Amino acid sequence: MNQRRGSSLLIRGGHVIDPAARIDAPMDVLLRDGRVADVAGPGQIKDGDSKFDARGLVVTPGFIDLHVHLREPGDSYKETIATGTAAAAAGGFTSVCSMPNTSPVVDTPEWINWLRDPERGAVVNVFPIAAATRGSKGVVLTDYRGLQRAGAVAVTDDGKPILEDDVMRESLRLAAEINLTVVQHAEDTRMTENCTMNESPTSFRLGLRGIKAAAESSIVDRDAQLAQQLGARMHVAHLSTADALKSVRRAKRARARVTCEVTPHHFTLTDADVRDYDANYKMNPPLRSEADREAILAALADGTVDAIATDHAPHAIHEKVMEFERANFGITGLETALGLAITKLHREHKIPLARIVELFTSGPARVLDLRGRGTLARGSYGDVTIFDPKKKWTFKAAESKSLSRNTPFDGWQLTGKVVATIVSGQQVYRAG
Amino acid sequence: MNKAVRGSLLGIETLTTDEILGFLNLARRMNPLKPRSLLRGKRVLLLFYEPSTRTRTSFEIAAKSMGAMTTLVLASGSSIEKGESLLDTAYTLRAVGADLIVIRHPHAGAPYLMSQHVDIPVVNAGDGMHEHPSQALLDAYTILRHKKTLKGLTVAIVGDIYHSRVARSAIHLLSKFNAKITLCGPPEFVPEIAATLAPGLHISRSAEEALRGCDVIMVLRVQQERLAGMKIRLQDYIARYQMTMTRLKLAKKDAIVMHPGPIIRGLELTWDVADCPQSAIVEEVHNGVPVRMAILAKALARAA
Repeated sequence: MNQRRGSSLLIRGGHVIDPAARIDAPMDVLLRDGRVADVAGPGQIKDGDSKFDARGLVVTPGFIDLHVHLREPGDSYKETIATGTAAAAAGGFTSVCSMPNTSPVVDTPEWINWLRDPERGAVVNVFPIAAATRGSKGVVLTDYRGLQRAGAVAVTDDGKPILEDDVMRESLRLAAEINLTVVQHAEDTRMTENCTMNESPTSFRLGLRGIKAAAESSIVDRDAQLAQQLGARMHVAHLSTADALKSVRRAKRARARVTCEVTPHHFTLTDADVRDYDANYKMNPPLRSEADREAILAALADGTVDAIATDHAPHAIHEKVMEFERANFGITGLETALGLAITKLHREHKIPLARIVELFTSGPARVLDLRGRGTLARGSYGDVTIFDPKKKWTFKAAESKSLSRNTPFDGWQLTGKVVATIVSGQQVYRAG
Repeated sequence: MNKAVRGSLLGIETLTTDEILGFLNLARRMNPLKPRSLLRGKRVLLLFYEPSTRTRTSFEIAAKSMGAMTTLVLASGSSIEKGESLLDTAYTLRAVGADLIVIRHPHAGAPYLMSQHVDIPVVNAGDGMHEHPSQALLDAYTILRHKKTLKGLTVAIVGDIYHSRVARSAIHLLSKFNAKITLCGPPEFVPEIAATLAPGLHISRSAEEALRGCDVIMVLRVQQERLAGMKIRLQDYIARYQMTMTRLKLAKKDAIVMHPGPIIRGLELTWDVADCPQSAIVEEVHNGVPVRMAILAKALARAA
């Protein structure tokens, strides 16, 4: 997918937002040999074999999604690396971090190599996150050095928490030695057995067992303290509650290396939206209360949240159109993330576009220390996302590039649409 | 959005008071001892994923006494055991000629899901912790045999409300008639959130307070297997919440005691209370038949 050697692409006439370089101005961007060759004022760059007319559009570093389930190896009926990354490209993501809870679990360097093999057909960069414990069983740590050498950018047992205090402490200690981030799925599963949605008036009315906010916040609180004690990098996946945000804020004030991500569905929907037992509203962590959503919106605005991540979790129809309590957790999200961010965060809650771009670019790059990503600084990888922040469009699940259709946003009218996605100087998506 | 066929009964929550009274008035004209041919030629499928005595037999007798054919399908011994999905089971039953499906299911929302995918009425005979609408209707019917109206009654519901579909349906129904309802039990059984279910609900941790001056007492079964996982000791529960003759005296003189069954004597109520003149427990079971006749007739009979 690299740009042909010696060839160049000039993206001209656009408005560049690159928070890492503090740029928010009309600029032209030149990509050459798969890298950023130059960023300069309008009309100043005369180079470029081919040109992209970006007038009226926003040009940013390529988006990075820290949390994606590509389902390979094992569950290619839900998604493949090829289809998942195609959906990522359509959503403006030039890099995705794949979660290891596949079958089998990605817990060896060999599986990391397999994921990164060009034969998988990825159209955007795939950064594998490896299992933190063997088989993600939460008992024996995996080979962090070997996994990192093979290309794993973090470790996690996502889908499940690392529950035991001793195992989490050991995981953070070992990861800290090699500057690796431990990503925690914060859920005290001892409190959530048979629970399928947030504990709320709606869960009581529907007769569904409720997941308490404390199931998340108690784990985040413990891990933030451990990370602080050990000087380790700990990242909270799909944070969903106001209480967990308090722990993250406290840790950040104490200069602990604690970061967090939130999903578009958690800043858009609440538990009151779980109606008619529609499993497209069932995910883990669940949609939370309006108070939690408001806390998340505030944390997105004030800088507490480091990244927007989709937790793109494709499932086949037969795993979703069934009894709510038996249906799988998770929804797709790659293609609706930017539209929801602009519609909800920018237009409705007046969060500046530059902050939103930060949450998709330099923010996630910092979380996992992805060098040369998330910025258009000269010499960086030629990963670029170009979008129209004013374009109104309707998301149609049936036209999704993903193999799966499990989304609550089918038919939603959104503002803000990806126009083109460029990976290493090569265009991998262009809106039709 | 609801695509359920007319005649479906999925829950009490969405019914109007007129619709509820419609069922109750029709039930009064139903007499299982005088067989009628209202539903002659109709096929009623009883699909039970969970055990049931009262609900199953009374639906069956209700259907048969109006001339319908019934077929019972149990989860065990059917293709459900082989992994057939809920919707495929529904399509199968439709294909063999079902005119109506009565379904009991351990998961909340299963009847709703089924109703959105078949073109025949679906009647909820209890779904998980969600609703048990026919029970609430027969309870209302029973109350009206003793009280002039449902309007403004003072009702105490005592016991494990969190796990109870009977309680949820009863609360929805009585609240629509502006009953004053007190939910009584320990926090594990009656969480604060329960008060959000309907307007006019009050929570009490004292049986004495809840019972004082009430017209109707609804006692719920205590499931011992559920107590095990919780931090409640059985003896404490009995001491604080068991329905005894002494506690019953706190209610109005003409108060009635109800219980959806099965009852566990010596646990949620004493032997004496179960059999006392104010107990309507056996009468509830009896009234299940005409009320379920009304539900089936409304769904299937042309003239009902």
